[in-house]
Amino acid sequence: MKYLDEFRDPELAKKLLFEIKKTVTRPWRIMEICGGQTHALVKYGILDVLPAEITMIHGPGCPVCVTPLHLIDKAIYLAEKKDVILCSFGDMIRVPGSEKSLLEAKAQGADIRILYSPLEAVNIAKNNPDKEVVFFAVGFETTAPANALSVLHAKKLGLKNYSILTSHVLVPPAIEALMEDEESQIDGFLAAGHVCAIMGYWQYHALARKYKVPIVVTGFEPLDLLQGILMTVTQLEEGRYEVENQYKRVVVEEGNRPAQEVISQVFEIKDRAWRGIDIIPKSGLELKNEFAEFDAVKKFHIDMEEAPENKACRAGDVMKGIIKPNQCPEFGKRCTPQNPLGAPMVSSEGACAAYYHHYGNIFNSKA
Amino acid sequence: MQLNCPMPKFDFDFITMGHGSGGLLTHKLLESGVFDLLSNEKLDEHHDGAILDLKGKTAFSTDSFVISPIFFPGGNIGELAVNGTVNDLAMCGALPQYISLSFILEEGLSMKEFWDVLVGIKAACEEAGIQVVTGDTKVVEKGKGDKIFINTTGIGTLHPRADISLKNVKPGDKILVSNQIARHGIAILSKRQGLEFETSIISDTTNLNRAVKKLLDHFGKNIHLLRDPTRGGLASTLNEIAGDTGYGVVLEDRAIPIDPQVRGACEILGLDPLYIANEGVFIAIVSSEKADAILNLLRTTEKCEHAAIIGTITEKNPGKVIMQNVMGGKRVVNMPIGEQLPRIC
Repeated sequence: MKYLDEFRDPELAKKLLFEIKKTVTRPWRIMEICGGQTHALVKYGILDVLPAEITMIHGPGCPVCVTPLHLIDKAIYLAEKKDVILCSFGDMIRVPGSEKSLLEAKAQGADIRILYSPLEAVNIAKNNPDKEVVFFAVGFETTAPANALSVLHAKKLGLKNYSILTSHVLVPPAIEALMEDEESQIDGFLAAGHVCAIMGYWQYHALARKYKVPIVVTGFEPLDLLQGILMTVTQLEEGRYEVENQYKRVVVEEGNRPAQEVISQVFEIKDRAWRGIDIIPKSGLELKNEFAEFDAVKKFHIDMEEAPENKACRAGDVMKGIIKPNQCPEFGKRCTPQNPLGAPMVSSEGACAAYYHHYGNIFNSKA
Repeated sequence: MQLNCPMPKFDFDFITMGHGSGGLLTHKLLESGVFDLLSNEKLDEHHDGAILDLKGKTAFSTDSFVISPIFFPGGNIGELAVNGTVNDLAMCGALPQYISLSFILEEGLSMKEFWDVLVGIKAACEEAGIQVVTGDTKVVEKGKGDKIFINTTGIGTLHPRADISLKNVKPGDKILVSNQIARHGIAILSKRQGLEFETSIISDTTNLNRAVKKLLDHFGKNIHLLRDPTRGGLASTLNEIAGDTGYGVVLEDRAIPIDPQVRGACEILGLDPLYIANEGVFIAIVSSEKADAILNLLRTTEKCEHAAIIGTITEKNPGKVIMQNVMGGKRVVNMPIGEQLPRIC
């Protein structure tokens, strides 16, 4: 299939792997930022075939995983209000809140719709003028343009019954926070190709210089990942720390300008709490004041006490690369996809879910 | 299959509670709707039940259908309800003969939609060569159902050469799949509100009894087990087989037949085709020495053109399904937890 099989070619994969083995001389710790990349690494067994010197650290690039608990509780609170239709990306609805998940709220009668595009939520608002429609706008830079467009679209249509519950985070500040964290030791990064498709990679040069760390913009197919790893290892072995672009078929340095403009028209950058990690300065997007009428938290005057996190869950340590999912004492025991203690076990981009689904408990992966 | 069956003139446009009352309205609906369309000797008796004359070992199976939307690319709930039960019988190695048909209708369902479902039922019955011999119709208040729910129960005698049992599965057996997987689930998803995407993918809903009969005619006891991977897809069915037999299942990623459009849709939506429903595909576990011959026969059979050998039963990894992927790596294919949900990005 066009653009799939070409990037899953076993012969080319062997060549890249050979190059990696030839290049590497010392142990290196490389973080793939995006959960989609983590899943591909695990799904295609790449972690099993990489040379022992290379340790892949699984990054926090799972939007569902870093959405704070109190926002999930707020989404559930809204969904359970009479006359509210809560719309969400599918990934979000199994994530545990402090008492239940959106899926459980749905089973108990809440009107929750799973959508693929926020613009569809605007349509639902248009067709249900007697209902309040709230879109749970979760994501990194990738979903921000579409979420922003939904607000612009609703405004243009003059809709008074549409709002969004925003949980938007940004990648570059997270890289900075990880590099400042003494516990997480990372030698190089695979930057998330899709985020860079929107934002470009011009922001990464300063980070690479400041922390002397190579950053390679990388795609999601097996060959992309192997090539991204090879480029990173080559830089590390040669003592370079530059920003390179493996994912040239999709990403350009300046990114997608119209998409960036839509984001900055609707959102502004604010400090943001990342679930399991901490507050990271200037790492989130919030609706600008002129769009306050579309902000669900303001519109519904939600004032809830923030529930404490489950202490047994070590999602934060997993996302910072301090432990591997299967090094968590609860992994596969008290914490399973059926009964998750934290979000990374249920999200399709969560590292714990990747390990659980693809490794089961029968392989002793070096990962 | 398309049938030309113009809708008779009813003096009502919608189903109302009265149609389930057992009174005049019920009578009118059945007489000019169901009975005429599905007419056969046994149904025409208008008895409380059907009297059948079956000889020898008989298979018996039931299934309920609650799909939404009720019309989807490639079929409707009526065809699905017939094919579903026909296929369950076929998987037992039986030759399906008769089915029952029970409706739970939601008040407000349009007669046009009900008629189209009935025509779908008739077409599917004719194609599978079976008869509806008994049935029931109930109506629930608006909001207490979802347009139409259907239950079918089917019966049929066993093929004389059939010996289909988990007990016959042994290490070394080959696993065949009869056609490209995941088409039904993706066709349905493409029409769900909020997820609509343009595609020409249509559901694979079809009867499998003819293909199964052909296999059994030629290969009898070499066919050890048959299953149709409907809900939960290939992954669920193979996990059940691994769990129930205590053997391992090893799959070859590249061997699994998937339509490029289906694969593309799965990539975009973040879904794994192994977990997506099929309604016209079966898995056959067969003796290894006959596997190639069985494959050749299947490939010349209608609706099985893309049949493939996808894996092997092993002593190793008891109870587990292992996927060997194109990169040479391995992964465990687990039982799905619940419905698959499209990812964020």
